[in-house]
Amino acid sequence: MSQLFHPSTNVISKVTIFGAVLFIGGAAWVLLALERSSYVTQAKVVREQPVPFSHRHHVSDLGIDCRYCHTFVEESNFAGIPPTKTCMTCHSQIHTTAAMLEPVRESWRSGESLEWLRVHDLPDFVYFDHSIHVKKGVGCETCHGPVGEMALTWREYSLNMEWCIECHRAPEKFVRPREFVFQAGWHAPAGQAAIGDSLVAAYDINSSTNCSICHR
Amino acid sequence: MADTSVKKRGAAKAPFIEPGHTFGSITDKISSIVLTRKTPIFWFVGFGISFMLLSLLMVAVAYLVFEGIGIWGVNMPVAWGFAIINFVWWIGIGHAGTLISAILLLLRQDWRTSINRFAEAMTLFAVAAAGLFPLLHTGRPWLDYWLMPYPNTMGLWPNFRSPLVWDVFAVSTYATVSFLFWYTGLVPDFATLRDRTVNRWSKRVYGILSMGWRGSAVHWHRYETAYLLLAGLATPLVVSVHTVVSFDFAMSIVPGWHATIFPPYFVAGAIYAGFAMVLTLAIPLRKFYGLEDFITMRHLQNMAKIMLATGLIVGYGYMMEAFTAWYSAAEYEEFMILNRFTGPYKYAFWSLLACNVIAPQFVWWSKARNSVVALFVIAMFVNVGMWLERFIIVVTSLHRDFLPSSWGMYSGTFWDWATYAGSIGLFLTLLFVFIRLIPSVSIFEMRTLVAEEKGKKH
Repeated sequence: MSQLFHPSTNVISKVTIFGAVLFIGGAAWVLLALERSSYVTQAKVVREQPVPFSHRHHVSDLGIDCRYCHTFVEESNFAGIPPTKTCMTCHSQIHTTAAMLEPVRESWRSGESLEWLRVHDLPDFVYFDHSIHVKKGVGCETCHGPVGEMALTWREYSLNMEWCIECHRAPEKFVRPREFVFQAGWHAPAGQAAIGDSLVAAYDINSSTNCSICHR
Repeated sequence: MADTSVKKRGAAKAPFIEPGHTFGSITDKISSIVLTRKTPIFWFVGFGISFMLLSLLMVAVAYLVFEGIGIWGVNMPVAWGFAIINFVWWIGIGHAGTLISAILLLLRQDWRTSINRFAEAMTLFAVAAAGLFPLLHTGRPWLDYWLMPYPNTMGLWPNFRSPLVWDVFAVSTYATVSFLFWYTGLVPDFATLRDRTVNRWSKRVYGILSMGWRGSAVHWHRYETAYLLLAGLATPLVVSVHTVVSFDFAMSIVPGWHATIFPPYFVAGAIYAGFAMVLTLAIPLRKFYGLEDFITMRHLQNMAKIMLATGLIVGYGYMMEAFTAWYSAAEYEEFMILNRFTGPYKYAFWSLLACNVIAPQFVWWSKARNSVVALFVIAMFVNVGMWLERFIIVVTSLHRDFLPSSWGMYSGTFWDWATYAGSIGLFLTLLFVFIRLIPSVSIFEMRTLVAEEKGKKH
């Protein structure tokens, strides 16, 4: 019988067998990495807004409290996006001619709302309530990152479910005393381990991972 | 004196291969089906019908994906309908292949040689047809990879306490091991085909499939070791897979499901259904390809006897279900069994008993055992009976459970039947392709039978 395959087939077949394992493993790794990349999650990516609003200026430079604009955060599931009226409490007096603020004044004149884009938009099948998180000692920055340092606002974290669950499984690693919830840059002075468990007990935190807690 | 007793034994037991065969004639006969003989007309007819059914499956699945599982008859209270019935039915059918290939090999039952190849192929195709149903039943088949544990962005594992997850592992392990076993056994035969075919392309394809097999002593030694190891691996699967499938039911608290007898009763039922299917396939196969020399009456009778034995175990299972329902003195259990006997699905139940308990009793009778037609008819009864059994288990338990206010009725829709018929089409299409392209009886193992027959004479 004549030779059917070239002698190099031996090498090729071995390379393809081991190569297939490496290829499948590599492809799985790429997919899992891609799923968590900011390309997919849009974490750390600045979202374009109708007005280039700077949290850094308003929070860090001027010291305005989060709740001045996000008024319902302590009572409602939604923290609230401020109406044009809130902007105009100051901007009817200062920077009244700044070109950057023209869309705000236009909104004020016409009564048409500014169309801010939500930076943290959870899917509709997720039930989330701000008020309970604030009440149990979850700081704004714990989920939203250092907003006071963002010239333009981005989403700090992926909002993947594994990120939610990380805290729901071990809230003691993240909670802070209620009085510091709205404070920027707060860190537990003696370390989180010193206060975590006692806060969980004191605030009666039962952060269940039952499916229907969030998927109602 | 000793001579006559040997002769007597020889007369009582027909050989597993008709006399007069040599290594060459076996190889010629089996490989010619694939290589030289003209494809017979019945192959085209059979393949055509199977392919039409497969096309029906394609339509049914496409419409299911488009519209959702609302097109099926499932609804509360019967949320498990045809999909689970068909899944269990197909998985059960697969079991004969594994039993024949693994357990009969380890027990050195030579007669497995003629039937193991296509029984194993049947296992693979039955598992493929079975796997289809739970995957479609999830409602979003494109997310079925969620069934596997992998580091996902949801931070979740599947619920390891759920028997449905055990099912995923049991069935995928079963499919993998069955495939490896089948393929390992095929390697020397692929080499035979490679050496015999004259077509350049099929030479290359069989050449790649035979993985460089040259039939050296080292090859045979490694082959035997690997085959035995795989048989050892596959042996527990014969018992474990259908045990896990029975847990899908037995782990719940539904009357008629929550029973400790379920695992052994399901395993026996699986082997029962499997041997019925092997008979259903072997009888036409040997007839149309003239393989009566290799798949002898003795093979058919042996399979029929296993079918009878497992059928008796299954019958005992039915008896115990009724006994336990009475003995438990639990009113829901009692109601469940009375509802099976006399409720709206009583005709299905009594047909099931006729098919699964009465029909195989004819095997006791040697006239039936010696008639190919009778064996075929009995096997068909068992095929139907085993489907009815799963229908009864799934539907009668669910449709009237604890709360009379939530009782309901269930029946399959057109799409349920289309998917079921389509899965048979998938199974048969794969089988026809297999018969056409791969030797459906193991050539080299048949040759060892000849050698052994010769050895006995000396």
